[in-house]
Amino acid sequence: MTNFDASVRAPLDAFERKRLAAVSPESWDNPEPTAPYQLVIVGAGSAGLAAARAAATLGARVALIERHMIGGTCFNTGCVPSKALLRTAGVYAEMRDAARYGAQPPADIQVDFAAAMTRLRRIRSHLTNTTSVRLLVASGIDVFFGNTQFQGADRLSVNGQMLQFEKALIAAGARPDVPDIPGLKQAGFLTNATVFDLAELPPRLLVIGGGPLGCELAQAFERLGSKVTIVQNLPLFLPHEERDAAQTLSEAFARDGIEVRLNTCATAVRTEGAEKVVDLVTDDYHNTIRVDAILTGVGRRPNVQGLALEAAGVEFDETAGIRVDDYLRTSNPRIYSAGDVCLEAKFTDMAEESARIVVRNALLGGRERLSERIVPWCTYTDPEIAHVGLYVREANARGIPIKTFTIPMHEVDRAITDSEQGGFVKLHVREGSDHILGATIVSRDAGDMISQVTLAMVAGVGMRTLAKVIHAYPTKTEAIRQAAMAYNRTRLTPRIVARLQRWLAR
Amino acid sequence: MSQLCTLSDDVMLARLQRAAFGYFVETMNPINGLIPDTSRDNSPVSIAVVGFALSVYPAGVERGWMDRAEAAQRCLLALRFFHGSDQSGSPTATGYKGFYYHFLDIHLGRRVWQSELSMIDSAILIAGMLTAAAWFDADNAEETELRALADALYRRVDWHWSQDGADTIRQGWKPECGYLHYGWEGYSEAILLYALALGSPTHPVSPDCYAGWVATYQWENLYNQDFLYAGPLFVHHFSQAWIDLRGIRDPFMREKQSDYFENSRRAVEVQIQYTQLNPHEFKGYDRNCWGLSACDGPTDEQQDVQNEPRRLFGYAARGVPYGPDDGTLSPPAVLSSLPFAPELALAALRNMLMRHPDILTDDRLATSFNASVICHDGRPWISPGHYGLDQGIIFMMIENHRSESIWRLLRGCGPLASGLRKGGFAGGWLDAQVAGASR
Repeated sequence: MTNFDASVRAPLDAFERKRLAAVSPESWDNPEPTAPYQLVIVGAGSAGLAAARAAATLGARVALIERHMIGGTCFNTGCVPSKALLRTAGVYAEMRDAARYGAQPPADIQVDFAAAMTRLRRIRSHLTNTTSVRLLVASGIDVFFGNTQFQGADRLSVNGQMLQFEKALIAAGARPDVPDIPGLKQAGFLTNATVFDLAELPPRLLVIGGGPLGCELAQAFERLGSKVTIVQNLPLFLPHEERDAAQTLSEAFARDGIEVRLNTCATAVRTEGAEKVVDLVTDDYHNTIRVDAILTGVGRRPNVQGLALEAAGVEFDETAGIRVDDYLRTSNPRIYSAGDVCLEAKFTDMAEESARIVVRNALLGGRERLSERIVPWCTYTDPEIAHVGLYVREANARGIPIKTFTIPMHEVDRAITDSEQGGFVKLHVREGSDHILGATIVSRDAGDMISQVTLAMVAGVGMRTLAKVIHAYPTKTEAIRQAAMAYNRTRLTPRIVARLQRWLAR
Repeated sequence: MSQLCTLSDDVMLARLQRAAFGYFVETMNPINGLIPDTSRDNSPVSIAVVGFALSVYPAGVERGWMDRAEAAQRCLLALRFFHGSDQSGSPTATGYKGFYYHFLDIHLGRRVWQSELSMIDSAILIAGMLTAAAWFDADNAEETELRALADALYRRVDWHWSQDGADTIRQGWKPECGYLHYGWEGYSEAILLYALALGSPTHPVSPDCYAGWVATYQWENLYNQDFLYAGPLFVHHFSQAWIDLRGIRDPFMREKQSDYFENSRRAVEVQIQYTQLNPHEFKGYDRNCWGLSACDGPTDEQQDVQNEPRRLFGYAARGVPYGPDDGTLSPPAVLSSLPFAPELALAALRNMLMRHPDILTDDRLATSFNASVICHDGRPWISPGHYGLDQGIIFMMIENHRSESIWRLLRGCGPLASGLRKGGFAGGWLDAQVAGASR
């Protein structure tokens, strides 16, 4: 039994006051529009901000409308705070694991959760130096706060104030998708929107859902000292990733001490005193666990409600979001969409890139297609799991012959010197050519490493050229060149080797 | 050092094979023909082990280790039991839809451990029945009944049901919760399962089922070997205990200009490379000490093991290069590589026997050992007793290496050949059969 109280929120300290003033100023007068806007953007998250900045740089008259806080999920309740927390958690993990590196573990490791959260708030606040309402206004963007409702094909209102537009971009983002578990709402739960406001560490935490954010936070809280149980209603975590990557992650979780429950459903929640009691079912095995907090809603649902999209003739689906074509145009040719509200891949880099495509297509008459973009993504667990391009299963389904060149990190000198042999680099190549179709990297630095493969794919660089790229020794990125060199060796067929031997012996 | 190591390869293999055969002779329940999963006290029956038993009796007769009549009688006991068993699918039945629960009580033949209705283990059992039916070809009452029962039991299996409308066969079913969550995905030991399921004259799986499974394959270049990836070694063995996959290819292997037999040889090379690199620095790993596979292992909880802080997995499918790897190796998995890489397998086996003579009891190999985990007696951990699956695969792979008799016998199994063809296999003996039939 513990005295943990999830409703106790972190203090509104100077860092928070600075951030809120920058992203959601209390007293804000919306500007008076003098003429139709060339681009009205609904939503000031990652996609909306990227579009607004790009359009303003082109000299367009831009309006940016935000309901809550600029910066959206990524800045306020997603990537930024979670990565800050992950870093602190990683430091504690390394302290406990110091002997692995030939170092003496500290005698008494006491986690200071309040200090971790203060650092998180300080960093988030610091980043308002580059993300704030005043900076947007200074760059010539009209910023509006309020609720948006479309009033027709070329107009919308913000808190009753009418705005006309030549083109519009809906970048309303997504919100936590809370599973429908009896008793969950009554018992109370955390989502990404509330977990970074915690004032104290929950001693026992249940994470429901094994997607990217669920996995990252499960590992972070375990390392910060919570006893974490993660349940996932599938045989593996990160269902979109390759099996071997997800398998590696399962083992990393087990090493961290996370209790992993795969193929498991949470079926009911109730409270007993301060405890949350959760019924779990794994196939035919029923059991109950007691925790202090539940983190869920780590899936995302598109924000399509409350915008009166019907009035603008914009088609949408409650689950899939706003329907767009490959040019990111909605069913209303004046209106485009970008980011989480319309894309299946809900990642910040994807949101920003789709927004930039919209600006060029909407304002400059461009014909850029989303499907032509090569977009990497990464789950920031330890080890990180990064991917770009096609998966093997996708290539198989499309009838593309595919071959994978795999370098386990235990073949990479720097990974060995760093005691980080877990993980691998896999480069997927079209069989019979050196054309790179995709890659998956599992390594502590996979998110950074994948960029080299992305660059190769964007530039049309194949395995032969990649094999010529000299890497500083020793680096973990050498694994990419090692994979390319393995490809080169497969070109040495027995016939070619025989010819070479004859030539060398001449 | 084990005395076996001093013998020639042929004599050593004969001794190991005879000892493996002895497992089935010694442990069978004479009432119902069922065989326990392990030699340990109170072990339940594994239906797959019964499938191995039915497969080894004929070759045992040919080797002169058992009378034909006794072998037929042993087979009949098991076949009669399964034919008359409770197929209601109730939590205490023996099976459902022609499949059987993975583990059964050895006396009553009823489900134990809340085990799943297992598609792959049922397939191994059915393969054993078909092997016995193919060999016992005499025109007497016992062998006629044996063939009729095997045929009826194969025809009874509703393979189509096991798909549950999906692209691939489900892994299992339980009366308490229905189908288990996932199907057979990624290369595994399931070629046998798919061949039997496609070749069924009564309830075959849908024709595209095999392609659905192959769609999850991964063709990898790992340690400079091009191969169809599967981590644990047994995956590369089990189907080929029965099916001669030399020179016959499905569309996937045709595209890759390889075959499953050659693939298993490369899997051995990958294992050797991995144990040479030995990323986790386990004791004893080297090019003559490998064999990461499904086997028993020490657990962290075990009271009499003084191990350092590490994760130990108990019974698990260990594999390379992604693990799990806790330092546990399986000598039976090494020996079962014999047909694919005889020199490498024999060199490793001799090395393991010299280093760890206690892995052998009366010429029978323990399922596994872990040289990095030292027990109270100062010796490396060795799995106690013996596993029926190991003894079955050891017997069959030695037999195939020595005489190829099981492969040859099963080439004549009509439904199996038909299933392979429906999966797109062609070439080699499959084509020769068609050519022979049309002459």
